[in-house]
Formats: sequence, structure tokens, C-alpha cells
Amino acid sequence: MSRIARRFATLRAQGRGALIPYVEACDPDYDTALAILRGMPAAGADLIEVGVPFSDPSADGPTIQKAALRGLKGGSTMKRVLEMVSTFRKDDDETPIILMGYTNPIEAYGPERFCTDAKAAGVDGLIVVDMPPEEADLLAGPAAAAGLDIIRLVAPTTPDARLPIVFNGASGFVYYVSITGVTGTRTASTDELAAALPRLRKATDLPIAIGFGIRTPELAANAVSVADAAVVASALLNTLEGTLDADGKATATTVPAVLEQLRALADAVHAVSKTGSK
Amino acid sequence: MSATDTQAGANSLRSGPDGRGRFGIFGGRFVAETLMPLLLELDAAYRAAQADPEFQRELDFYLKDYVGRPSPLWLARRMTEQLGGAKIYMKREELNHTGSHKLNNVMGQILLARRMGRTRIVAETGAGQHGVATATVCALFGMKCAIYMGATDVERQKPNVFRMRLLGAEVIPVTAGAGTLKDAMNEAMRDWVTNVHDTYFLVGTVAGPHPYPQMVRDFQSVIGVETREQIMAAEGRLPDAIVAAIGGGSNAMGIFHPFLDDLEVKLIGVEAAGCGLDSGRTAASIERGKPGVLHGNRTYLLQDEDGQITEAHSISAGLDYPGVGPEHSWLSDIGRAEYVGATDQEALDAFQLCTRTEGIIPALESAHAIAYAAKLAPTMGKDQIIVVNISGRGDKDIFTVAEHLGVKL
Repeated sequence: MSRIARRFATLRAQGRGALIPYVEACDPDYDTALAILRGMPAAGADLIEVGVPFSDPSADGPTIQKAALRGLKGGSTMKRVLEMVSTFRKDDDETPIILMGYTNPIEAYGPERFCTDAKAAGVDGLIVVDMPPEEADLLAGPAAAAGLDIIRLVAPTTPDARLPIVFNGASGFVYYVSITGVTGTRTASTDELAAALPRLRKATDLPIAIGFGIRTPELAANAVSVADAAVVASALLNTLEGTLDADGKATATTVPAVLEQLRALADAVHAVSKTGSK
Repeated sequence: MSATDTQAGANSLRSGPDGRGRFGIFGGRFVAETLMPLLLELDAAYRAAQADPEFQRELDFYLKDYVGRPSPLWLARRMTEQLGGAKIYMKREELNHTGSHKLNNVMGQILLARRMGRTRIVAETGAGQHGVATATVCALFGMKCAIYMGATDVERQKPNVFRMRLLGAEVIPVTAGAGTLKDAMNEAMRDWVTNVHDTYFLVGTVAGPHPYPQMVRDFQSVIGVETREQIMAAEGRLPDAIVAAIGGGSNAMGIFHPFLDDLEVKLIGVEAAGCGLDSGRTAASIERGKPGVLHGNRTYLLQDEDGQITEAHSISAGLDYPGVGPEHSWLSDIGRAEYVGATDQEALDAFQLCTRTEGIIPALESAHAIAYAAKLAPTMGKDQIIVVNISGRGDKDIFTVAEHLGVKL
């Protein structure tokens, strides 16, 4: 059983939802990002998304865009991203790590070599924002061979008839992009989520995570009350950004501020009882 | 042009893209899931429009009476004499309404957007020619219009920014990155993802996710279809070479496409070499890039070892883009078209040559094509023929040119 499947099985047995925080590799530097990553499980992260910086993240909002550029300035390369994950794995063999990024850096690295190296570093799953199922053949083979989950994105615009196409080859969990829009902007209403989830549940048995626009502990709790997990990215990155000095360098408050916010989000998520739900 | 002009048999070089929107390994649909259903809907709507004679009739009407087609094919006598070689003909796309080839595509897409019931148009622009063309048809049909333009380009293309605003468009300067076309494209895609319910993304070149490269090419193929008829009428034979500037590559694809199966016609795309192909300050994606994925398609891209997209440089805002249309990437790989570079300086020289010998002030984009044609012509015989696509007029560029010539306006 993969780390992701094992983690969701444990959470289900405990009747809890999951919090999936996001950290951008090398934002604003390698050591700070690694310190945040390492602190995340103790602060309540159930799974972790590690952002792979890309120069042109056209599906992301300004917050992630800025984080990606800081990451690149902070020396991020695919090699460094994988190094960060393997360093994390020395102390934590349980928390699933999902890399989130765009196609081109993977293509430049070489899809097969990337999957092999990512697995060896301790990566469990991949979310490739600009790789819809129609283009998934680039990664499908190498990811399956390496034992990496491909996490598929579903959007409000995805019609029911398309869901089987989207879920074909999906594993790990499903990422529901809860709004039409870029990351960190609008928030989906409770009604919108309540309407969306049953149609996804009908089409897949995989756990469902909700992302985009989840900014507060209340919104995170609301998301896990209908889904299995809540993804929080921009809110944490905004906090990180707010602690940087005038030159964009990390300060003594950077790591604690992010982890403190994460703790509040995790407490709210874990307070939601999921006993009896799927 | 009729829709059938762009269709060809399976063995034809004109039959692409395949069902997945690919030209060989290039093209495709690399977009966020939010946009996939929209692209599939657009593909279906475009096919239906192609099959509907009424759509073509409507497009032909607007192309003739509003755009001003057909554009003339001009024998550039003085330039030919001065260069002393092949006869140079100029396809006069700069005579279209709004001053460039851009309106051909924009007219086709706005009619399609109307058919699809969209009420708001979003577009990206580099030099502003596509933005002005888009703002123009939005005014014509009473549609809301938002144009994303890099802040650097807003600065260097002020007249076009003013034009767009006069036409009622909202021009949104993009400060991310270097503030050029690549960044405007990212921002336009973000807008589209956010406003998918009522918004149509009107792409200005033969790039982006399928079906845009095909659709834009088809709408621009009117240039090549006319050129073919006109050169046959004037010379009784096809030209030996066709030369066109390449940024994303829509004017080039438009004039190349009807000639793809005429292997005796050399097709030459001129990329912006900027400060020189090996200067590190260039926009020559095919000559100095590698295949990769950006803005929804796989194509040649200027990028570093780690797959990060690098900034392009060209004196011409319209060519200042680190990618190129996927069909060009394919034509380059299979050797059907040849891609060369012209530097900023060569373009400036050609700009003046064309202006002084023909009384035609070309866009700096087009000046890249003229620069290469001026190199090529003397190497060819007097009985040979080159057609250069004059994709746009240079009024918008006089400030840039003046600055480089040390003239204060």
C-alpha cells in the first residue's frame, strides 16, 4: 500500500479529515523551506504538497506565482527539490509528499529519470497542473513503473460525462479545484461544495481533497466536513511573505509564523468528526 | 478563402493537426483541467462553423467590406533593382484595416465567439497589433474587451495602447516577469480560467492549446490563398521563396500553409535574433530553443537546463516571445520550412530600405522578413521570385526607430 493510501486509511479509521499544507521549494531559500517542511507533520500536516517552482505558473494566482519566483531566486532546481524531499525523509517515513508543478521542468529533467529519482527521494504522488488526462501519457508509464500516484484535478467546469476520463489512471486521491479561477482568490461557498461532492463521489472511490481559496481554519473545517481533505497553499505563503525582510530574506519569525498558522488550520480540520462518513 | 481550402488529403503536409491537436510531437493541450472542457467545446464549435457555409459567407463578407481584402501583391521594383537579384513581391497585409494581418484571425474568432454565445473577450498582445485588432472587432460587435499587455510593451507601444482604449477596451498592464508578451499570455490565461462562463479567449497567434494553432492558421491562410492566385496572375508560376517574420508565427503560417505541398517553393521563417543568435539576448526560439511545454502546447522554447522559460529579446515587441507556434516547430523538424534569424540592427536597416525604396513603412516585425529577403535576393537569378509578407505597417514603431537613430520626436 502506498504512503498516501495508508495515510487516508488511517485517517478514515480514526474518523478524521486531512489537512494538506503547501510549501514552495527554496522559498525564499533552501534551508527555510526545508525547516518549514520538516516542521509541518508536528504542526498537524497529514500529507504535504511541495511546490516545484516554475517561471510561468499560468494557472496559479499572484501569491503562488510570487512564491515560485522567490523559489527560483532561492536556487530551486528539480535536483534541489528532490534533495529537499530526501532530506525530509531521513526523519519522517510516514507523511506522504506530493510534488505539485508544471510539465516543462519535468520534461526538461526527463520524465523517466524524474519518476525514478522522485520515488528514490521519497515522493509519493504528482500533481501536474497543466497535464490534463489527454496529455497524461508522457508521465503515466514512468509514474506507474516507479510506483508514484498521479493525482488528477477536477474542476467545476468538468462535466459528469468527462469524469470517467479524468479518473482513468488516477490514484492516491482526487484534487477538486473548487472554483473556476486561479489559486488563492475566491472561495467556494458551502452550497457549491455540497453540490459538487456527491457527483464526484459517484464517479470515484478515491479520497477527495478540496483546494483553491481555503484561507481560514473555518473554511478548512468546512471543506473536510464534505470532503476528505483540505489543501491550503496561498494563505500559508501570504504569511511567509509577510515575515520576509526588505530584501526578501527569511527572518527569525518566518518558520514559526507559518507553522503556527498551520497548527490552527490543523486543529480546526481535526476537530471535524468524520465518523460514519465514507 | 473557404474552409475547404485548408483541408487536404491524408498524405498532405496540410492535413495537420491530428485528433489530439498535434503536429508530430508538437502542439497538444497542456492546460489546467478547468479549461479542458472549454477547449473541447471550442473545438466542436469550430468544426461546426467550418462545416457551415453560412459562417464562411459571413466571414467573407466582413473580410471584404470591413477588413479590405484582398490585399494587393506588390512588385517592389526599386528594391529589386537596388538589390540586383530575384524579383521581390510584397504581400500587403499592412493595408488591412487596423494595419496588420491580425484582423484576419480576429474577425474569424469573434464570429465564432458570437456563435458560441460569449459576451466578453480577453486577449493578450505584444506590440499591440493583435490588441488593436481585437478591440476593433469588439467595438464593431459591441462586446466587452480586456487586453493584457506587458508593462514594458505598454511603454514602448503607447500609440497602440491609446488606440485600444479609444476603441473601448480595458488595457491591463502586466508587471510580472519582464512585462512582455509571455507575461501577458500568462495573465490572459488566468483571466480566462477565472471567467470561463462568459469569456472567450481570443488568441492572436498560431500557438496555445489545440485548436488555437489550427484555427488561427486557417483564418490566416487567406493570405497564402490570395498570394497564390495573385502570383499566378502576375507571373504565371509559383514563387521560388516565401519569406515571413516569426514571433508566434501567425502571418508566416498564414502565407506558408497553402504552399506546404508545393515543395519547389522554399518557405523561410525569419525569427528575431535580437542582439545576435548567440548573444543570449534573442527571441529565436527555433534556432536557439529546445522543445518544451508552455502556454498550452509543446513547441520550441527558449529555456534553461532546468526547464525554466527564459526571457526573449527583440527590438520588435511583436516578436519578443520565447516560443513559437507548434506547426512551425514541426515544419522545421521535418525540413519543410527553413528558419533563420535577423538581428535588431538588420531589421532597422531593412525598415529604412523598404521605406526609402518603396514608400512603404513596414512594421519592425515585417522588417525582419525584409532583412532576410534583402540578403537572399542578390544570391538568386533575375528570373526568380521572392514573396515577402509585409505583415503590418510601421507607424506604431516610429518612436522605437527614432530612438535607435538618435532622433528626438
